Amino acid sequence: MGELRLMKGNEALAEAAIRAGVDGYFGYPITPQSEVIEYLTAEKPYERTGMVVLQAESEVASINMLYGAGATGKKVMTSSSSPGISLMQEGISYIAGAEIPVVLVNVVRGGPGLGDIQPSQSDYFQTTKGGGHGDYRLIALAPSSVQEMSDFVPLAFELAFKYRNPAIIISDGAIGQMMEKVELFEQMPRLTDEEIREKYRWATNGKLKDGTRRVITSLDLDPHKLEEHNLKLQAKYREIEEKEVRYEMLQCEDAEYIIVAYGLSARISQKAIQLLREKGHKVGLLRPITIWPFPKKQIDELVKKGVKGFLSVEMSAGQMVEDVKLAVNGRVKVEHFGRLGGVIHSPEEVVAAMENKIIGG
Amino acid sequence: MADINIQDIIKPENLVYKKTRLMTDKTLSYCPGCGHGTTHRLIMEVVEELGMEYETIGVAPVGCSVLAYEFMNVDMQEAAHGRAPAVATGIKRLWPDKLVFTYQGDGDLAAIGTGETIHACNRGENIVIVFINNGIYGMTGGQMAPTTLVGMKTSTTPYGRDVEMMGNPLKITELVAQLPGTYYVTRQAVHTPSAVRKAKRAIKKAFENQLNKKPGLSFVEVVSNCNSGWKMSPVDANNWMEENMFPFYNLGDIKVDGKLVTK
Repeated sequence: MGELRLMKGNEALAEAAIRAGVDGYFGYPITPQSEVIEYLTAEKPYERTGMVVLQAESEVASINMLYGAGATGKKVMTSSSSPGISLMQEGISYIAGAEIPVVLVNVVRGGPGLGDIQPSQSDYFQTTKGGGHGDYRLIALAPSSVQEMSDFVPLAFELAFKYRNPAIIISDGAIGQMMEKVELFEQMPRLTDEEIREKYRWATNGKLKDGTRRVITSLDLDPHKLEEHNLKLQAKYREIEEKEVRYEMLQCEDAEYIIVAYGLSARISQKAIQLLREKGHKVGLLRPITIWPFPKKQIDELVKKGVKGFLSVEMSAGQMVEDVKLAVNGRVKVEHFGRLGGVIHSPEEVVAAMENKIIGG
Repeated sequence: MADINIQDIIKPENLVYKKTRLMTDKTLSYCPGCGHGTTHRLIMEVVEELGMEYETIGVAPVGCSVLAYEFMNVDMQEAAHGRAPAVATGIKRLWPDKLVFTYQGDGDLAAIGTGETIHACNRGENIVIVFINNGIYGMTGGQMAPTTLVGMKTSTTPYGRDVEMMGNPLKITELVAQLPGTYYVTRQAVHTPSAVRKAKRAIKKAFENQLNKKPGLSFVEVVSNCNSGWKMSPVDANNWMEENMFPFYNLGDIKVDGKLVTK
């Protein structure tokens, strides 16, 4: 068993970044995730592992520092919260276009605009449908515990480098701020510069000795070549959809109704399922761990198994529900429930929504 | 007339000039008479002379020189508009022994990327910024730049730059020279052979500063022409530049070895 600690989600994530052998973190403070950069600067990772930590002048600068450093083959990450992630969208689009493996973290807060600093899940569309301009996708991991805030850091890097694609950990103000027991994984080594040059031949860290030079760009003025590049990206996205869907099912074996919920909403929905079962309703939980790629096949199989209705529970006005509907494709009832603006729904509210909108609806 | 065999001419004793192998053979996308090509060449000559071909990473901007990475034969990254100093910061912080430079125009560096420019300079990033100032947005068709002179006509100031409406031209080079994070700040030109030689010495000094890990950023502005955007012949553009740009954008060193030059 690894080292056990009681930590905030944001701190667990920061500690995991050091332990995952991350080479660099670039970020700009924003509530409710400022603990990430505070922890990293206090912890002196440059002494522990040689990791570079730099506070940028803005989220716009952070994401472009990530672009530059990530394009050299180093493991680099940033973290922010909703308004900051909006500012980064241009850079994220460039990173996706140039196929740079980086890890982003969004500790989501209420919006739109400056919104508030309470937990929310209203950045689902931005995370899963692109966010910036152009046809691209982020591999999106949604932790629902402090443990997963830690565990998903190395996983996100593994996926980002496997596919040369940005990966994002999409958390929320509650998961970031709450304290839970976390089992920390062992320190992983950082790659040496020579290992990076050997392993990632695409990376721009100085021409190869054979004279090969590398260029990192998202630009191609020839529309036919750019279409070719887009088709290559799309093929990669299809492969990710095929191979990297992650999810958790709870009490779905005999379920007649399913709650689909991720992150904090999944935690609340666990309690709701218990209450619903106490009332005699056979309800299960499907928790997407990757919100992109989305567990479409799993929903399809549940419909085929005879599930009569789905309730998408999210702290938003109904964003993920669209993906649930696409997977269900009109065969059974699909409804949404969720509180807005940073208000967290109670298990009882979820129970009432299931009873009124799906079971009795 | 006797036939001339080109092979009889290409002999070492006849060689007066040779293109650095660090410029690719790709045809430059720049207009005839533009200073970009010359400045590209000077940077690449310096990298070659310093023996840093395998240790250099360049960052291209958005603007006319967006395709700089096709001409400069070293590892290159293409940055988003204005963000090159942040991109270069990311590279340099993780590869402190590499030579890292950005190549940026006036819109990129002094308008949309002002924040990144100022803060990279202020942090004293150990990089080189080469800044081409031609007072106009060339690639998008000749619109006003932050450095467009007062009264100068562009496609978005068709009656001349009006200070009341658009403010004054920004001397960002003098501005960054005030920051403790800059070690070397200079303004050069590449319109005459002697200016080219001076500009090359300045670029070389900037790269040597980085190589020798001098404390701070080296910033080289090159005042250049844009004969297409200015709607002049290359010769007229150079004359116009001497008569109008240089009196406002004075050539010469502004800060050397971390100290402001007193004039």
